[in-house]
Amino acid sequence: MTTEIFLQTLASGVLIGLIYALIAIGLTMIFGVMEIVNFAHGEFLMLGMYSSFWLFALYALDPMVTLPATVIMLFAVGVLLYRLIIVRIMHAPMLSQIFTTFGLMYLLRGLAQFFWKPDFRSIENSAVSGSVKILGIQLGTPQLVAGVGAIVVTGLIYFFLNKTRMGAALEATASDKEAARLMGIDSHKMFSLAWGIGAACAGAAGVLLSTFFPIFPDVGANFILLAFVVVNLGGFGSVTGAFWAGIIVGVMEVMGGLLLGPQYKTAVVLVMFLGVLMFRPQGLMGKA
Amino acid sequence: MKNTIFAIAAAALVLALPSMLDASHLNTVILVLMAAQLGVAWNMLGGYAGQVSLGHAAFVGLGAYTSTLLLIKFGVNPWIGIVAGGCMSAALSLAFGWSCFRLKGHYFSMATIAVAELVQIFFTEWEYGGTAVGLYVPMDHQGWLWMNFATKLPYYWLALGLLALTMLANLWIERSFLGYYFRAIKDEPDAARSVGVNIARYKQIALSVSAFFSAMGGSLYAQKELYIDPNSVLSTALSIKMALVSILGGVGTLFGPLVGSVVLTSIEEFTRAMFGGTGRGTDVIIYASMIIAIAVFYPTGLLGWVRSFKERGTARADAARQLAEHAASQQAKSGEAS
Repeated sequence: MTTEIFLQTLASGVLIGLIYALIAIGLTMIFGVMEIVNFAHGEFLMLGMYSSFWLFALYALDPMVTLPATVIMLFAVGVLLYRLIIVRIMHAPMLSQIFTTFGLMYLLRGLAQFFWKPDFRSIENSAVSGSVKILGIQLGTPQLVAGVGAIVVTGLIYFFLNKTRMGAALEATASDKEAARLMGIDSHKMFSLAWGIGAACAGAAGVLLSTFFPIFPDVGANFILLAFVVVNLGGFGSVTGAFWAGIIVGVMEVMGGLLLGPQYKTAVVLVMFLGVLMFRPQGLMGKA
Repeated sequence: MKNTIFAIAAAALVLALPSMLDASHLNTVILVLMAAQLGVAWNMLGGYAGQVSLGHAAFVGLGAYTSTLLLIKFGVNPWIGIVAGGCMSAALSLAFGWSCFRLKGHYFSMATIAVAELVQIFFTEWEYGGTAVGLYVPMDHQGWLWMNFATKLPYYWLALGLLALTMLANLWIERSFLGYYFRAIKDEPDAARSVGVNIARYKQIALSVSAFFSAMGGSLYAQKELYIDPNSVLSTALSIKMALVSILGGVGTLFGPLVGSVVLTSIEEFTRAMFGGTGRGTDVIIYASMIIAIAVFYPTGLLGWVRSFKERGTARADAARQLAEHAASQQAKSGEAS
């Protein structure tokens, strides 16, 4: 293996890892604030991809232009799902919570199939196609733009959580619901916010992926398992943890594929995941 | 008395059912029984001991693959294969338990998904095991001796027998010391540990027994469908369904999975027959909406709902009786006064 191939693989691993991180940040935020695992998270990604596809196919608007619109739309979807369904199962046993979000997963997939057919679709010739050469490494432009986009969105989330009043309120709710409530923070509002941001993150990841990944109703299944691994490794509820764990998972996956063959790339990640849990049940960056 | 009548009625129904149905409905009933059996097996660990596994398809698949490979490659009789499959799964469950049981709650559930996914990847790539193409069960020998039939009816009795066997094992566990230990692990793990219950050991026992019976269900599935592939016996969707029938009926109850399977499998088959051919996912939409509705409105499962309904009924009867007594005493008092 030459250095060039190694570096190229490393770079593409980091780029896809940034997308995983973005998906996982939404998931970990929802979990951190209200301890519910959202199995329908991959479907938010799917909706983001379809939004990007239809705006491109019908109005010839480029995915990078429509990104903000899709993000706002997915935010609304997240808030709506919380208000309509999730709020009813907040105090239900963990099993009912798991199965509600599982049901949502199947429901959103079914609806996508109903309205948009099960066909594979793709966005051809968007503004970001082709490839570029940076420092001797050949990279696809869509992947590079997606990686950079993921960094920007993650940065915005980080800024929101750490530098704004509302972000602080969200963090406070995540660390101690009761205390936050006593300080006058409306927890329902915070839960809505977490679902909105969670869905918006996945939607943004969907738009970024849509320029180089096929779009179909079950596409979320390809990402949800890895997103769970990332959330687990980063520690449930930790945004920074999810960011670094996303990159690690992306690199492991691509490297594993290079060394053992692409059919084993997921297996490599899963083995590493179980291995880490053996020694650190709370994840790599989670609190003990 | 009431129970005896109920049991006789149930037995009569079970015996008469096959003669009352045509082939396709009989097939649905067989599917109901098989899903119920897998649910009972899942419930031993997930319901009684409270360890929510979302990777039980690994055990079902291992059972199906063990008996089928033994039959294809070595001509081993499926009756031996079904037990061998159970033993293989119980053996795998040791590794499964070792890697997952130090985790709690959501972490445990996630790890079980990961383990099952690894098993699925293994069987998808394993040349000897038929890869993604799958395996066909040969029909060289037919009849009861080889658990292989061209008609559906015998599979009804087989599925019924396996369900009965699994439920009997469940009943035995429920009534033995194991049942107490499992419930203690689920409800009061710290208290159980403080009185010296070896939690890890009893979790593992629950898992191994559960894995054994899941695998038997898998082997029966292979014999009935005559074809298995990683997607049909090892998928996460199957793991979910095993848990779902228990949750729907009521976790940690003997009859919960059966009730859940009757409802869920009927809905599934009905919507598939009605809307499945359109290829537009209508069946999935209805199925998913039902799951959400049940999880949101009946979080304790259908049996739990029936029980609360009954309790409400008794409470109302009590209130009515008290009111009547009160009225009578008032009347008596006024009678004395006059």
